This record gives sequence, structure tokens and C-alpha cells, in this order.
Amino acid sequence: MSEPIRLTPSPQLRRRYRAEKRFKAYCIGALLLAMAFLVLFFTDMIRQGHMAFVQTEIQVEAAYNERSVDFAKRAVDEDVAPLVSRAWFRSLPRRVEHRPELMGTTRTEWVTAKADIDQYRKGNVDTLPPETLAVYERLDREGRVGYGFNTNFFTNGDSKIPENSGLWSAFVGSFYVMLIVLTISFPIGVMTAIYLEEFAPDNRFTQAIEININNLAAVPSILFGLLGLGIFINFFGVPRSSALAGGLTLSLMTLPIIIISTRAALRAVPQNIRHGALAVGASRWQTVRDHVLPVSLPGILTGTIIGVAQAMGETAPLIIVGMIAYIPDAPDSITSAATVLPAQIFTWAGMPERAYVERTAAGILVLLGLLISLNAFAVYLRHRFERRW
Amino acid sequence: MLMRNLTRKDTAAMASPKIDRRRQVRDAKVRVRDLSLWYGDTQALFGVDLDVAENEVTALIGPSGCGKSSFLRCLNRMNDLVPSVRIEGTVEIEGQNIYDPSVDVVELRSHIGMVFQKPNPFPKSIYENIAYAPRILGLGARRSELDEIVERSLKRAGLWDEVKDRLETPGLALSGGQQQRLCIARAIAVSPSVVLMDEPCSALDPVATATIEELIDELKDNYTIVIVTHNLQQAARVAGYTAFFHLGKIIEFNDTDTLFTNPQEKKTEDYITGRYG
Repeated sequence: MSEPIRLTPSPQLRRRYRAEKRFKAYCIGALLLAMAFLVLFFTDMIRQGHMAFVQTEIQVEAAYNERSVDFAKRAVDEDVAPLVSRAWFRSLPRRVEHRPELMGTTRTEWVTAKADIDQYRKGNVDTLPPETLAVYERLDREGRVGYGFNTNFFTNGDSKIPENSGLWSAFVGSFYVMLIVLTISFPIGVMTAIYLEEFAPDNRFTQAIEININNLAAVPSILFGLLGLGIFINFFGVPRSSALAGGLTLSLMTLPIIIISTRAALRAVPQNIRHGALAVGASRWQTVRDHVLPVSLPGILTGTIIGVAQAMGETAPLIIVGMIAYIPDAPDSITSAATVLPAQIFTWAGMPERAYVERTAAGILVLLGLLISLNAFAVYLRHRFERRW
Repeated sequence: MLMRNLTRKDTAAMASPKIDRRRQVRDAKVRVRDLSLWYGDTQALFGVDLDVAENEVTALIGPSGCGKSSFLRCLNRMNDLVPSVRIEGTVEIEGQNIYDPSVDVVELRSHIGMVFQKPNPFPKSIYENIAYAPRILGLGARRSELDEIVERSLKRAGLWDEVKDRLETPGLALSGGQQQRLCIARAIAVSPSVVLMDEPCSALDPVATATIEELIDELKDNYTIVIVTHNLQQAARVAGYTAFFHLGKIIEFNDTDTLFTNPQEKKTEDYITGRYG
């Protein structure tokens, strides 16, 4: 009679289990660490930036008359004037011009406060000049100071007046740049990938191209900026600082990403679909157009969106082509000077005023929000149109 | 050159006391002569000769890697897709050599249907699966003509009654056996001269296999069929002629009854009796 088989774990098996548990613990540790960083980053950004979405406003008696149109500071009480944003005074004549019925009236209005008042109220700075502080405290007691939604932040361009500065021109610049990146790198990238994957013979030449495309995807983005400066601006004479120059430069950077992801999407289509189509007498192009592309489109779009999102967050190459300029007004064409969201954030990050620090964090939140939405859209596309075999 | 080769081989065959392994078939739809195939430096077919009878089922049997699938894929030049492939010899379909430089492969493949080992319907609706080929070939310019082709093909493939109410549902939603019949319907939708089947039942259960076999039996009244199979019983059930491949050569070719009951070659006998392969 042989011994009965043992079904309880042997010491050796116990060791294997322990090793497995250890490995699992390491993995969970790594995951937690990554999540902790993410949470830390987000809470810090939200903590610093969330107050930028509201703005201190002061209730004033605004007098619209000949005198105040000539000299805007006279529109409000002399003691209140130092608390009101310069931008409000500056735009007063224009407002009267647009709405002539304002002339000769005195209205109670909530107006944007100066940045240092705003920062004092938010607790970011401790002191104000004594006379200003006295007025502020009086107004506060009378209930004439409050928070309003910071529309300036979303409708204005950059400004030297901190409380007047906003993301709008950078947003428009980013939009133009994305449009250019899409129109250039999507068709070129997809067609390149289709050729390489579906038509090109497998020889030294195509292999060399493939290796180089993979290498291009790993080239530091600043080098693309230098390339863009050298080719588009210096050689082709594309206007410096323009969305066109930035878009062309970022297209160079996005192309390899789109090519690689499109090739991966095409390769994921089972070979037997192609064989089925070829066997019924479809030409290569018909096979690709009618059977391969429709199935791989979600993957191609996902890759494109991720490539464009990456371009949207890119700053370094744009600094090289001059898209870091001070742009108070939204660009009206792709050849006029523009800036983009990350470059705007970069500019604000270098400003000494407390109000810009707050705006930097808020700008990061907006940019992150846009990028997360883009990526979420890519994930949605993938899930919505994914096919299984 | 080719003629001289043929003559020499013919003489050799006549001198041999054994049956001519290229046994001539009258009214052959497809005549393959001296077909050799290389994948890179590896030779997969060695001077294969075969006649395929019209409106008959010809089965190709043999152990794995014997070249029967490679041979089948020579008949519609699907091997052209393999980059390193080299083919010599002639394949005449209705008297025309398909390896002639003037032959266009896309045109050729529209005359020769193919059914693959694994069902591979297009990821489209059942209707579109059938209508695709006629449409790109310019048959059925009007919707009603296409409808007719779809219905006729599905009926011939024995699938019509099962799917007539859901032609717009995806072909991939069908069961494996139904998918394979859909692929057969797709292949016959353009009325091909020859239908090639590469182990069409190997991915199917016995019930679906039986259905397909019945279908093949019905189809042979209208189509010339060449089928590769691993299943000897299947060859015996459906095929009028059978060729036994071994190491890239046809060892024996005969009508199925003779090949299975009275094989002339020792290797054939060993294979069909299960002693080998």
C-alpha cells in the first residue's frame, strides 16, 4: 500500500504562497503610492485654484455722465475708487458708447474689486494700506462686498491687471492649434499608417521607415520646436507666435503617435476578414475601405484623440516658436499672434502677484478638465464601437 | 519547356505498372500541371498534377503539413499574399492558365469562391455579407436585384429559413455553423466557377458539420468544389474524387470509392487505415 496523497500544503507550497502574497503587497503598495500622488496633486491644485473661480465684487453707485466719461474715477465715490478694478474704469467710456441710455444715470452696480482687495478677502495676503483697509471694512459692514462668479477668467484674455486677466485668448489659441493639428496630422497619419500596414512590401526600406517613426515618437518635444522654428518660421516664413506655426510644429509631434496607434488599430483587425474580402474579389483598397477601416475606426479615433490631447498639453515646442507672448485679445485668425492654455499657465506661473498664482492653479484645473474630458471621450468611443471576434 | 516536361513525365507514367497518379478526368474544370511552391527556401509542393472534375466534389486529404492547403490556395492565388512565396507550373481553369501574366488576381478571385477554416463573416449585417461581392462586381445595380441574389444565395446555402426575418442583424451574431453557411452563401453569391473549401467544418460541432456536408452534396449539382479535409469520413461521404497528399506530392488520386476501398499505394492504405498520419 502506498501512502495516502497529502492534500494539505507542503512547506514548499507555503513558501510559494508567501512569495505570492509579498508580490501582491508590493503591487498594491505601488498602486496606493500612485493614487496618493494623484490625490495630493489634485487637492493641492483645487485648494490653490478653486477660489479663482470667484471674484470679490464691490457694490458702488456708478454715475454715468460727461465728467465720468472724461475721467472715469469720478464715476464712484472718491474713497471707494481705490478699491475698484482699473479695468472697470478703463472700460467705462466704451460701455457708455455701447449703451447710450446709461448717460446721465446713476446706478447701483456690483463691480470687480482690485486684485489686492480680492486676495485680502480670500485670506491670501494679510495686509492692506490702512486707509484702503478702513474703507474695505466699512463697505464689508454695510454688506457691499461679496463674491461673484469670476466671468472675467473665462471671457477675458491675459491682462496686466491681475483681476482682469483670463483664459479666453489662450483658449481660442489652443482651439486653433488643435484644429490645425487635427487637419494636418490626422489625414497624413492615417494614410501613412494604412500604406505601411496594408500595402507596403515588407523590406529593408519600410522597416527603416517603421523604426524611424517609432523613434520620432520618443524625440523630446522641444526638438520639434526647434525644427518648427527652423523650417516653418525661418524657411517658409510662417508668422512667428501664430497658431499656424504652433499647430504645424505640434503636428510634427503628433504624427508619429497617430501613425503608431492607427497601425496598432489596423493590425488588431483579424487577417481572416481581409482574406474573406479578397477571396470574393475585392481589391486591396476595397478591402481596406469597406472592411478594415470601419472596424478599426474607433481605435484610430482613440489614438488620434490621445495624440491631440498630448499636443494640447504641450508647452516646450511652442515656447520655441514664440507662442508664449503676452496676448490680451483672442486671435482672430490662425496667422495672428496667439498663445495656448499651457503657455498661459507658464506665463502666469512666473508672475509675482498673488492673484496670478491663484490663476495658475485655476488654469491647470481647466486644462486638466479639458484633457480628462478628451480622454474620457476616447474611452467612450472605444467602448461604444468596440467589436469582438 | 513545359511541354517537354509533360511528355517526359507522361512517358514515365505509362511505363509504370501502377495506376497513373494523375489519372485524367474527362471534362476537367481545373487542370493543374507540375505545380511547385516554395515558401522562401522551403519547398512545400513538388510538381503536383491534378484534374478537378466539373460539378463534382474533389477532396484533398493527407496529414498536417502535407501541402494540401497550400495547394488549395494556389487555385485562387491567395498564396500571392505571402511575401516570400514562389510558384511554378500551370493551373488552368476552363483552359486558361491563372498564373499567366495577363491574369488579374482580383478578377480571378471573383470567379473562384473560397470558404475558410474558421468562419469569417464580415462584421456587417447578414444582408451586407452576401450583397457585398455582387455590389462591388457591379451585379445587381438595383436593390431588388441584390435582394434576389441575397435570397437565392441564402436559400442555396440552406440558411434562408433561419435568417430571413433578421437579415439586418450582424453576421457575427449567428452560431458557428450558421456563420460558416453564411460564408458559403457569400462565396456562391457571384456564381463562381469553382468553390474552394479549406477544412470548412474543422471549427464546427458534429451537427453543424452534418448540415454543411449535406449542403456540399447539394451544391455540387451547380458548382465545382475542391475541399481540404482532415476528416476521412467526411471525404468519403461528400467527395466524388479524392487526392491523397503526402510531403508536398500527390501520392494517389482516384475516385473516392476506389481510393478508400482499394488503395494502390502502401502510404495511402496506411493513412486511411489510421496506421500513420
